[in-house]
Amino acid sequence: MFKIIAKEKLCPVVDFMEVDAPAVAKKAKAGQFVVIRVDEVGERIPLTLADWNDKKGTLSLVAMKIGTTTYKLSSLNSGDHILDLSGPLGIPSEIEKYGTVVCVGGGVGVAPVYPIARALKQAGNEVITIMGARNKDLLFWEERLRSVSDELIVTTDDGSYARKGMVTEPLKEVLERGNTIDRVVAIGPAIMMKFCSLTTKPFGIPTIVSLNAVMVDGTGMCGCCRVSIDGVTKFVCVNGPEFDGHHVDWDLLFTRQRIFCDEEKRSFDLWKARHGLTGE
Amino acid sequence: MEEKTKPKIDLNRVPMPRQEPKVRARNFDEVATGYTLDMALQEAVRCIQCPKHPCISGCPVNVDIPDFIKAVRENNMPEAVRILKSKNALPGICGRVCPQESQCEEACTLGKKKAPIAIGRLERYVADWEREHKSQKAPSAKDPPPKGKKVAVVGSGPAGLTCAADLARMGHQVTMFESSHVAGGVLVYGIPEFRLPKAIVGEEVDFVKSLGVDIRLNSVMGKLATVDELLNSDYKAVFLGTGAGLPMLLNIPGENLNGVFTANEFLTRVNLMKAYLFPEYDTPIKIGKKVAVIGGGNVAMDAARCALRLGADEVYILYRRSKVEMPARREEVENAEEEDIIFKYLVNPKQFIGNDKGWITAVECYEMELGEPDASGRRRPIIKEGSEFTIEVDVAVVALGTTPNPLIPSTTIGLETRKNGTVVADEETGKTVKERVWAGGDVVTGSATVISAMGAGKRAAASIDAYLKGTKS
Repeated sequence: MFKIIAKEKLCPVVDFMEVDAPAVAKKAKAGQFVVIRVDEVGERIPLTLADWNDKKGTLSLVAMKIGTTTYKLSSLNSGDHILDLSGPLGIPSEIEKYGTVVCVGGGVGVAPVYPIARALKQAGNEVITIMGARNKDLLFWEERLRSVSDELIVTTDDGSYARKGMVTEPLKEVLERGNTIDRVVAIGPAIMMKFCSLTTKPFGIPTIVSLNAVMVDGTGMCGCCRVSIDGVTKFVCVNGPEFDGHHVDWDLLFTRQRIFCDEEKRSFDLWKARHGLTGE
Repeated sequence: MEEKTKPKIDLNRVPMPRQEPKVRARNFDEVATGYTLDMALQEAVRCIQCPKHPCISGCPVNVDIPDFIKAVRENNMPEAVRILKSKNALPGICGRVCPQESQCEEACTLGKKKAPIAIGRLERYVADWEREHKSQKAPSAKDPPPKGKKVAVVGSGPAGLTCAADLARMGHQVTMFESSHVAGGVLVYGIPEFRLPKAIVGEEVDFVKSLGVDIRLNSVMGKLATVDELLNSDYKAVFLGTGAGLPMLLNIPGENLNGVFTANEFLTRVNLMKAYLFPEYDTPIKIGKKVAVIGGGNVAMDAARCALRLGADEVYILYRRSKVEMPARREEVENAEEEDIIFKYLVNPKQFIGNDKGWITAVECYEMELGEPDASGRRRPIIKEGSEFTIEVDVAVVALGTTPNPLIPSTTIGLETRKNGTVVADEETGKTVKERVWAGGDVVTGSATVISAMGAGKRAAASIDAYLKGTKS
């Protein structure tokens, strides 16, 4: 049992939770994830770490409410427990002094980008961060990202806050400024990571993405999270979660993310009916 | 003149009652329903209590088989429980999933008459009797309160559970680390409910806990802590029973299509995560109408029979050799055949074919023929050129076998591994080339049986105990 010691609503559909997990916090590194199971009938889902505090022995998790498991998670409050949590899983982000790095966070992907940007900054890189969301209500952690960035660009798809447009537009502009960009890190919805990779491709800049595949165990056992990297099958859980986006078979990822969409809908409909939820 | 009467040998094995094939093919309840007391007594009486008791040496954990059978036939179940559990902490599991036909029962003197004592069924009866008679529980052999040296056991499958139980009984303080949220390893994620009810695994795990073993779930060793970190803290020895959890793939086109699962994923979803109870349980599985399972081992049988129980209309097993080479236990093949699983021998997939949505629609296969024996001693399957044909399916399960997870070997300094990822360890003692580290079970042998892993756990426990006794605290 893992106690939730703090909870905060970052925006209507995104929750922040600080969870007591000292052993995991001691080992956690940027880019890693945990697998959680909320309750006895729950499924196992991966969540990339948004932060950790090894002195306090806590992990920070950020999750967007999209289906049964994330709604269940969101229904928990400070003082409640997450039944199971294991980690830290996956290979940590490669952190070196590259020079200038652009970090792109889209939607809930802003959360896992934060510790990576911080680690890159601490390693002596100049960090340019681009964060974006569909609208103003879905933006969070702007100040937190600013604190670890030399430059911060904020976008909203609908223009309800800051610059209007997708994150790929300022990304392209930054690349075209003529200053050397040594590395790009992009985390967010798969479609955003794909387009960030397409944007950086002509510039030949390594573009690290964190793939959000469906998982069960998270330790290399089930193979549910398999992706194709340059035509070779890899497991996101143990070979990733980070890969160079220029080598990812994005269409395969999109397809495999939808394996259980019918079942997920059925499960969520049932959950909503039981909890008197009419949906968004 | 009086004639000496030779005791009459009864060659009629009492059959195991089972659910009817048509019924059981649609539920996840246990297939074999177990002996009644009368059946157990009738079977136990057949044992001739021969002086050589070859059955004991046929058992990888050397259960005192004639003695426990004698107790059964005297209807002294508490004594039977005591004898069994003194050597085997997991009798309810072994009585169900051990391949007795190639172990104790193969060695049985009555085996020469083709009617060996049904040792496994009696073992199961005794274990089940104990569970149903909790209050009359036989006092288990004196369990000294653990106050000895600290030992870490990594993995809570058959090897780890047995090693931990034995070490605890020898008085050591055992901490067992399990990566999953439930203890039992392959017993909970792999073997299906209808062959091994999870409640039984849970109870036998509880028994191991009752011996003083501290089980830490959700602990992915290699990530949460390395073996070297364990050794550098206060653990005097480490046993690795991490199994063979990594799935092998065919590496053919279409293998990443939606609807193509590894047997590990398919079985983990169904067994560990209880997808057969979806949507009461949150984890889903795809229910195929026509399902192809590729492989011929026990895992393939389990996957095929799970697919059927989930509601498939047709389930195929595609195996590249012929029936005689098939590695699955004969009893499981017979069960599958009775349930109308369709076996296609001498076929091997060439590719999986999908639709424009990325879902599997068919598997294209080659016909095979058998050539000369290969390294495994089995005749090597060879492709018949031009023999391609397709089978329409909407789910395929790849059950080719598994290799050890590299998580521990890759994070442990000085552990020797073979090309296939297995850890090098002494067969008799389980000792690895690394100081204070032992290993046993599938992580050493590659995928094998529950009982052989238990045997390895037992031998390692003895070796660890001897080592610890020789060291100063």
